[in-house]
Amino acid sequence: MKIVREAIAGTLESNDVFVRVSPADKGLNIQVQSIVLGQFGAQIEQAARQTAQMLGVQNAVLSLDDRGAIDCTIRARVETALLRGAEVQA
Amino acid sequence: MMRSMLFVPGNSAGMLLNADVHGADGLILDLEDAVAPGEKDAARRLVQGAVQTLGFPGATLIIRINPLGTPYVEEDIARMVPLKPHLLMPTKVASAEDVTAISTLVAQAEQKTGLPQNTVGLIPLLETAQGIEHALEIARSDPRVKALFLGAEDLSSDLQAVRSKEGAEIAYARGRIVMAARAAGIDVYDTPFTDVNDDDGLQQDAALARALGFTGKAAISPRHVAGINAAFTPSPGEISYAREVLAVIEEGERLGKGAVSLRGKMIDKPIVDRARKVLQTAVLLGLERGAL
Repeated sequence: MKIVREAIAGTLESNDVFVRVSPADKGLNIQVQSIVLGQFGAQIEQAARQTAQMLGVQNAVLSLDDRGAIDCTIRARVETALLRGAEVQA
Repeated sequence: MMRSMLFVPGNSAGMLLNADVHGADGLILDLEDAVAPGEKDAARRLVQGAVQTLGFPGATLIIRINPLGTPYVEEDIARMVPLKPHLLMPTKVASAEDVTAISTLVAQAEQKTGLPQNTVGLIPLLETAQGIEHALEIARSDPRVKALFLGAEDLSSDLQAVRSKEGAEIAYARGRIVMAARAAGIDVYDTPFTDVNDDDGLQQDAALARALGFTGKAAISPRHVAGINAAFTPSPGEISYAREVLAVIEEGERLGKGAVSLRGKMIDKPIVDRARKVLQTAVLLGLERGAL
């Protein structure tokens, strides 16, 4: 799946994550900001990477601003942002 | 059995995360009015993840979907049915044909997912004049229909009525929907009380709903859940009286009496039925031990 435009999903509310995706040429570049970066930064990045891989996204920049989201929320928001960025209706 | 059903906005991660901590018997995860048109896709995925991860054990799981005629309803059904909610809540249901159309889409989704037919029930939301006038045919339209739910805000608008706390403008609709549901042998739920800060008003409104025959009532705020649960829970006095009624009846039968009385009042079949219902509810709520 190819990211063709910039897209966003999620909010900056507590327990949510704000995700921004944009097209890229070389691989997945995932940037994470989080209120719990020290404890869960690696898991947040892994959740985002796995979601992108599941959708077949090989090239994209993902920027996540996390406000304490649980794993399923991160995956849902990343998936939404990627599908919007790929202009896939679902 | 649900005394309370709490609305939870489908695109609010925080509210979904905490949905089942307020003591509501049922949760309505909302994909309709609580979600902006541009966020329907996001809400579906968030609800999907929340249900698959959190599961909400102990609560009756209801998902409110967008109305027929919108571009969202088919995707709502296709994505929500595999989550196996107890009930889907179709909105602005106006006729038996609407239920049939929804039920067909649900059946297709069940088949595609490999679920047994009729895994997912329906609780149609009646919130238009047409819906109220067709309440009985809607209630009887499909075996999936397990309950009816009154939506007074949209209904008042459709009626060109002024919405009030006292609810005179929805008195007919309340009576009509209870009558239809009970005639069809299904449950019926009352519209939410919308003033979040008026606890006395909530108590009066919930007590009225119970007195009218509603099974339970919806809440738009977690603050209302405890009050609604209390209003629809049999009081110790009611339970005690119900026990006395059944004891008097048993004693009468043992002695071969045709008619019995309690506290100077003749005990007839409707009173016995009501007493059994009170005790059945008490058993379901864990307030009373015994077989149902």
